[in-house]
Amino acid sequence: MLLASLVIFLLIEAAPGDPAEIMLGTSAQPDTLAALRAELGLDRPLMVRYAHWLGGVMTGDLGQSYTYGVAVTELIAQRFTVTLPLTLMATMLAVTVSLPLGVMAAARPGKAGDGLATVFSQIGIAVPNFWIGLLLILGFAVKVRWFPPGGFPGLEAGFGAALGALVLPSIALAIPQAAVLTRVTRAAVIEVTNEDFVRTARAKGLSRRRALWRHTVPNALLPVVTMLGLQIPFLISGAVLVENVFSLPGIGTLAYQALSQRDLIVVQNVVLLFVAIVLVVNAGTDALYARLDPRLRGRR
Amino acid sequence: MTKHIAFFKGTCLAVLLAGAAPVLAQEVNAVTFVQAVEPQGLDPTVSSPVAAGQVTWQNVFEGLVAINREGRVVPQLATAWTISDDGLIYTFTLRDDVTFQNGVPFDASTAKFTLERILGEDSTNGQKANYTAISKVEAVDAITLVLTLSSRNSDLLYWLGYPAAVMVEPSSADTNNTAPVGTGPFKVEEWRKGDRVIMSAWDGYWGEAPALESVTARFIKDPQAQAAALQAGQVDIIGNLDAPELFDQFTRNPAYDAVVGAGEMEIVAGMNNAKPPFDDPRVRQAMMLAVDRPSLIAAVSSGYGTAIGSHFSPASPFYEDLTELFPYDPERAKALLVEAGYPDGFSFEFKVPTRTYAQRSAEILQAFFSQIGVSADIQSSDFPATWIQDVFKDTNYDMTIVGHAEPLDIGIYARDNYYFNYDNAAFRSEMEKIAAATSETERETGYRKAQEILAEDLPALFLFSYPKLGVWKAGLEGVWENGPVPANDMTDVHWVE
Repeated sequence: MLLASLVIFLLIEAAPGDPAEIMLGTSAQPDTLAALRAELGLDRPLMVRYAHWLGGVMTGDLGQSYTYGVAVTELIAQRFTVTLPLTLMATMLAVTVSLPLGVMAAARPGKAGDGLATVFSQIGIAVPNFWIGLLLILGFAVKVRWFPPGGFPGLEAGFGAALGALVLPSIALAIPQAAVLTRVTRAAVIEVTNEDFVRTARAKGLSRRRALWRHTVPNALLPVVTMLGLQIPFLISGAVLVENVFSLPGIGTLAYQALSQRDLIVVQNVVLLFVAIVLVVNAGTDALYARLDPRLRGRR
Repeated sequence: MTKHIAFFKGTCLAVLLAGAAPVLAQEVNAVTFVQAVEPQGLDPTVSSPVAAGQVTWQNVFEGLVAINREGRVVPQLATAWTISDDGLIYTFTLRDDVTFQNGVPFDASTAKFTLERILGEDSTNGQKANYTAISKVEAVDAITLVLTLSSRNSDLLYWLGYPAAVMVEPSSADTNNTAPVGTGPFKVEEWRKGDRVIMSAWDGYWGEAPALESVTARFIKDPQAQAAALQAGQVDIIGNLDAPELFDQFTRNPAYDAVVGAGEMEIVAGMNNAKPPFDDPRVRQAMMLAVDRPSLIAAVSSGYGTAIGSHFSPASPFYEDLTELFPYDPERAKALLVEAGYPDGFSFEFKVPTRTYAQRSAEILQAFFSQIGVSADIQSSDFPATWIQDVFKDTNYDMTIVGHAEPLDIGIYARDNYYFNYDNAAFRSEMEKIAAATSETERETGYRKAQEILAEDLPALFLFSYPKLGVWKAGLEGVWENGPVPANDMTDVHWVE
C-alpha cells in the first residue's frame, strides 16, 4: 500500500497541468495564481506534500478537494452511496444470469442452450459497456420511459426512485461481466464433467441432473470465483465509464472529473481507494477458496 | 481509437434520438436547465468564474450593474452613476432597499468590501486584471460609492456587470462557495455535488418577484446525454447544446423551441508569432487565404456559426465583418508563400486540444493547408491540463486552435507573454486609446480599428464564431437567446399556456 501510494502520488504529480491555472482560467494574472497556489498548499515542496498526504491518510484525514473545497472523505462517502449499490447490483445480476446460463450450456454442449449462451457471451464481451448503456438509454429512457436516462435523485427521493435510476446502469455494467462469467462457468463445468469422480457418481446410478448439481457444479465453482475476483478491477473501471454515460454522481465520475480538472488530491485518494479495494477483494477470494475447497482448508 | 468510438457513439445516438417522441409534462412553476460543466464552487468572484456564474449569476448574485441580454450595461444594485470628465472618478448611487439572503442589508460598505476583496493581495478572482485600474474605493455614505482609478479604463463599467464582480457580504463571503448568499431572486437550497443545484424563489427579494418558484441546474457533460434528458422530460432547457449535429431534430419538432443565437466564442487558430515560419505576416496571410471558412463551418458545426475576419463575434455590439480581406484563394496563398521564401511549402506542429470543435476543425484545416503545399502535423493535446501547460504557458507549439469565450477580450493580443507571442506596437497603442476613451463612440471606433489591425496582420487565423444553440420546451418564455455573457439567467423565465 505504501509503495502504491508513492507511485500514485508521483505519477499524478508528474502529469502536466497546474490545478491553479485550470481553476482560474486563461485570463488569470500571475499574482492571482500565486495566491491560489498558496491557499491550496501547492507552493510546498513535493515531498512535504506527499508526507502531509500520507500522514493524513493514516489518520483518516484525506485533505480538502482543491475544486469543491470540501473534505475528500465527505466527497468519497457521498459518491459511494451511488457506486456501491451500482456495483453490487451489477455483480448480483451478473452472477444470477451467468451461473444458470453457463451450467445450462455445459449440461448439453452443442445444443440450443449452449448456442444461446455462446452468442450471449460473444456479444457481451465484444460490445463495450458504455455503448450498451447508450442503447439502454435510448430504448428504456427515451423511447419507453420506464427508467430515467441518467442522473441520480439521491436516497432522499425514496428507495424506489434511487433504485430505478440504477437499473439501466447496472445492466450495462453487468452484461460484460456476465458474459465472461458464463464462458468460464461453461468451461469449468465441462471440464469437471469429464473427471473420474463424476463418471463414478453416474456409475453409482445418479441421474445426469443429480450428478451435475451434486458433484460437478460445486467443484466447478472454484475457477468461477477466481474469475469473479479478477473481474473486480474491471468492474471498477467499467463503473467509471458507465457512470459517465448515465451522469451518475458516483466515484467513477468523481475520479474522471477530478483528473480532468487536476484536482490531484481527490485523484490520489480515489486511486488509492481502488488499490485498497482490489487488495481486499483478493484476500476475500482467497478466503472463499478455503471454504469451497476442503483441500486448501486442510493445508492451513 | 477512443476518438473513433466517441464519434461512433455520437452518430448512433444522434440517428436514433431523431425518432424519439417527446411528451409535455412539467410542474408549472419549476424549471430545470442543464449545463455541461459543474462549477467548483458557487461564488463567481472566486476562482472558476464561468461555470459558477452560469448557475448563480443573476439568479442568486447581482452586481452594481448588470449586462443584459443584448450585451449592454444596465443598472442593478446601483441606480445611477456619474463619471468625472477626466474619466478617473466613478460615483455610484446605490439602492437603499436591498438585503442579502441572510438578512444583512446591502449598502456602500458591502460594495466596498466586495471590490477590495477582488483587488486584495490574496484574491483568487480569475478576472482580477479587469479591475486593477481601481486604486481607491470609498463608501461616502450608505448609498454613495466612489471609485478612484489610477488610469482610465472605459471597459470598467462593463466588467462591474460581469459575474466576477457580483456583490457579496462580509460574514458569508468565506462560505459562499458552498452556501452562497446573494441579493438575487433565488436562493440555493441544496447542492448535490456531481448532479445538481436546487434553488427556490426568495421572498425577501427587492425587485419584482420571479415567475418561477423553483429553479434547478443539472450538470450533464455529454451533449447526447443532455438531449436524452430533455427528451425524457428530465430537463426543460439546454442553454447551449454543444453538438450542432443534434440540433436539427429539435428544429423540426413542435414540442421544442430551437433557437440559433449568437455566442461570444470565437474559434481561432493561434500561431506562435515569435517563431518561423509564422513570424512572417505573409505566411500567416497565406494560411488564412488557404481556408474556405464556410466549408469549415459546414463540416464542423453543421453550418451553424458565422465566419469571422477578426477577434470579435457578431454577438458584440462592436462587431465588424472583415472576412473579405483574406477570402479563400489558394493561388494568392501560394504566391505569398513564394514571396516569403517557402516555394515548396513547409511542415509544422499543429497542437490541437481535445475538444470536438478543435479536433474536427484541425482535420479540415490540414486538408486546406495541404492544397498550398503546407503539411500540418496534428498532435492531440489533453485539454485543459496539458494544453494550458504546453501551449498556453510554455508556448511550445507552431499552431493551435481554441475557442475564446470571453467578451471584449481582443486585448489578449496586446498582452506580454500571451501564448501568441505577438508584439505589435500599433495594436498596443490602439488598446491604450480604447482604455482612455471618454465617450462611447470613441470606444467603439477604437474597437473597430483594433479589429482591423488584427484582420490585416493575422496573429491567429480567425475562423468562425460558435453559435449558441438553445433548445427548450415549447411553452417556456424569457430564456436568453444570445449569449453575451456565459449565463443561465432564469429571472424572466416563465411558462405560458
